[in-house]
Amino acid sequence: MSLLKTTFTKLSGKKALIPFVTAGHPNADMTVGIMHQLVKSGADVIELGVPFSDPMADGPVIQHASERAIATGTGIRETIAMVKQFRIQNQSTPVVLMGYLNPVECMGYTEFVAAAQDAGADAVLLVDSPPEESTELLELLKQADMEQIFLIAPTTTEERKQMICQHANGFVYYVALKGVTGSANLDSHAVNKDLQSVRKHTDLPIAVGFGVKDTQSAIAVAEQADAVVIGSALVNLLDQCQSIIEAEKAIDAFIKPIRTALDSL
Amino acid sequence: MTIKYSDYPDQRGHFGQFGGVFASETLMHCLTELNQAYSRLKTDPAFQAQFHQDLADYVGRPSPLYLAARLSQQCDGAKIWLKREDLNHTGAHKINNTIGQILLAKAMGKKRIIAETGAGQHGVATATVAARLGLKCVVYMGEVDIARQAINVYRMKLMGAEVRSVDSGSKTLKDALNEAMRDWVTHVDDTFYIIGTVAGPDPYPQMVRDFNSVIGKEAKKQFAEKVGGLPDALVACVGGGSNAMGLFHPFLDDLSVKIYGVEAGGHGVATGAHAASITAGKVGVLHGNRTYVMSDDQGQIIETHSISAGLDYPGVGPEHAFLNETGRAQYVTINDDEALQAFHTLTRIEGILPALESSHAVAYGLKLAKTMSKDQNIIVNLSGRGDKDVHTIAALEGVTV
Repeated sequence: MSLLKTTFTKLSGKKALIPFVTAGHPNADMTVGIMHQLVKSGADVIELGVPFSDPMADGPVIQHASERAIATGTGIRETIAMVKQFRIQNQSTPVVLMGYLNPVECMGYTEFVAAAQDAGADAVLLVDSPPEESTELLELLKQADMEQIFLIAPTTTEERKQMICQHANGFVYYVALKGVTGSANLDSHAVNKDLQSVRKHTDLPIAVGFGVKDTQSAIAVAEQADAVVIGSALVNLLDQCQSIIEAEKAIDAFIKPIRTALDSL
Repeated sequence: MTIKYSDYPDQRGHFGQFGGVFASETLMHCLTELNQAYSRLKTDPAFQAQFHQDLADYVGRPSPLYLAARLSQQCDGAKIWLKREDLNHTGAHKINNTIGQILLAKAMGKKRIIAETGAGQHGVATATVAARLGLKCVVYMGEVDIARQAINVYRMKLMGAEVRSVDSGSKTLKDALNEAMRDWVTHVDDTFYIIGTVAGPDPYPQMVRDFNSVIGKEAKKQFAEKVGGLPDALVACVGGGSNAMGLFHPFLDDLSVKIYGVEAGGHGVATGAHAASITAGKVGVLHGNRTYVMSDDQGQIIETHSISAGLDYPGVGPEHAFLNETGRAQYVTINDDEALQAFHTLTRIEGILPALESSHAVAYGLKLAKTMSKDQNIIVNLSGRGDKDVHTIAALEGVTV
């Protein structure tokens, strides 16, 4: 059974918390420590952002984090190496590599999948690779017992939802708003309504992300979801941190209350 | 097997391994709607009639096919014919596409127009048609480009467009495109994104090509009338590649016609400071399609250089990538200094001031003509006029205007 499946099974109805951080941000030496702290503070799954020069779907916070990470030498290979280092101590928390297709294309699908599998990454989410264009990669990932996470958006039609859910594995990632990551215009009522329609097409867990920034917004979307993804708000906090000690404190203060609130649902 | 080029792209927007729809899920439905609307309207007689009437009465088409006699004489080789897109309203071929896309936007009931621009030519062409139809228009432009293209920024503002400065990444065209995509994803319900080149997710590459293919259709007809038969070669500059695709497309299945796309060699391909994505890039995915991109070994898009802002783009339209792979077209490079020299040559010998982008095509046309015989003919696409570049050229040559 895949680590994602095991994790969601163990949660048995409890809401999963999935923080997103950009690999190499605020610097390369801190990332693995940040990942361990996320787990300590209550993360069930970690989304690790692969820095890309042209992050079209990201708002200013994650754009800036990517630029900082690239400037100090973190790319797709370094990101995979960080997962490998994380796995030395942690073999139970699923790691999803999240990013854009070009670094993967550049590395080559076969080499990428082999390296990611060897490092212990569990799944891949590529914002600009919808199921229609993912046939080859999806097949290679399946052969490596890895999963490819696909997105569903508020603009996705019923017909597309069905098609995406047919290809989906791991979990389904619902984009909570029309906009880029970290936007402010989250309408939790609309999200909860649309999630019910996604549920008709799949038995996989559904995670909600984009625009979830604090305890309140996390609770609001967790009503119908199985997992909540928090990215920009966390990345913004980490941007200020000068040392791993500061980062650990900031993570704990930010993640723990959200964990507690989700557990009380 | 003979490839029938006019059949491309396939149903899903692929030109062989290139093209496709590599977009965020939020945009997928909207791209499907656009595709359906375009498929319906491209064969709709009323839509086509309106498009061609606008091209005639507002843009001033057909643009002439001009025999550059003195230029040809100097080469002592093939005759050089210039397709005069520089004579279009707003000064370049870009208006052909914006006229078409804004009619589509109107037909789809969109109220707000967005665009990206590098040199400002596409921004101006978009602001122009938005003003004409009374639609709200926002143009994204890199901070660096805003500084070096002040006149075009002012022209857009005069026509009522809002120019938004983009300060992310390299602060140039690719970042303006990213920012326009972010705007689109946020305002997807009421906004139409007019992409300025034959790139982006399907249907943009075929749509922008089709609207610009009026260039090649006219040239073919004009050449047959003036000379008879087909020209021996076509030459056009390629950044994203819209003027080139517009000229090439109606000739793709005429295999006797040799086709040359001219990329920006900048300081020379060997120096790394260039924008020759086909010549020196690798296959990747950028801005919604698979094509040749300029990236480092980790897949990060790298900064490009060209004397001409309009060719300064790290990708290229997927159909060009396909024509390169199949060998139907040949892609070559012209460096900054060669383009500048061609700019002066054409200006002095023919009294025509070409855009720096088009000067690349002129430079290669001159080289090519010398290798051909006097009874042969080359059509060079003079995609735009050089008025916008005189300040850049004066500054480069140490002249105070």
